[in-house]
Amino acid sequence: MSESCKVNSERRGDVAILWTDGYINNQGGEEIAREAYAQLDGGARALVLNLEKTRIVNSIGISILIEVLEKVMDRKGALAFCGLTPTIDKTFRIMGLAQYAEIYPTQEEALRGVNPQPA
Amino acid sequence: MSQGGFAPHGLAASGAREVSLTIPVAPEMEIVATAQAAALGEYLAMSRDKIDEVKLALVEACINAFEHADCSDEQLHLKFRLGGEPKGREWLEVEVLDKGKGFDSAKVEEPTIEKSFHSHRKRGWGLQIIKSLMDEVEITSGGGGTRILMRKYK
Repeated sequence: MSESCKVNSERRGDVAILWTDGYINNQGGEEIAREAYAQLDGGARALVLNLEKTRIVNSIGISILIEVLEKVMDRKGALAFCGLTPTIDKTFRIMGLAQYAEIYPTQEEALRGVNPQPA
Repeated sequence: MSQGGFAPHGLAASGAREVSLTIPVAPEMEIVATAQAAALGEYLAMSRDKIDEVKLALVEACINAFEHADCSDEQLHLKFRLGGEPKGREWLEVEVLDKGKGFDSAKVEEPTIEKSFHSHRKRGWGLQIIKSLMDEVEITSGGGGTRILMRKYK
């Protein structure tokens, strides 16, 4: 029955992409936080969270994502989400998360968003 | 205490079909409940996005009860109903009942993300999420427990 969340990450320059797979509850949120903090401590400036393989994020999981966002903001970095289902997108907007972290349809757009090319 | 407003027609009069489920207060049991909601939503040919909204609202109702209700029987009692208005829209309704200590929803502070920043308390979003995702929500709570009744139209 368990839908525990798996998290993988990869660095591209100073941006880390984190992919989630499964239900983001307290355990899933903590997995994401652990991976995100390891990437930030390893020098990542921005994080892109790709949630395309996640269909449910509960409010406990989102509260942990807010902690990750806080840490990114404290370091003057950037956090972006992509691959959200319409329900997760709606929930993030209800909670105001979208005011502080950009939401993009695709990973490529998210990468461009957190890493704009100089004019 | 209640909030929200259900249409005055009774469920029996609308020909609702009902499924009951009891789940223990235990980690991830809310996922068992969402499987039932998804099956009934699919039976109603509800869109996948609407089913996802019902599932998340149900998850929030369950974890609220798990965390705060202090249920005397360590169980949550769920009822899923399919029904429709005469010549009108069909709906899926979910009732979550706990036999816990109850709460006063009027005293629940509305959360904001700004209050969450640099605060130990980042929680308390459950009721807001439920009300935002479902079409109708009614909360009744007292010393004998809490009943959350929520409806989603197809």
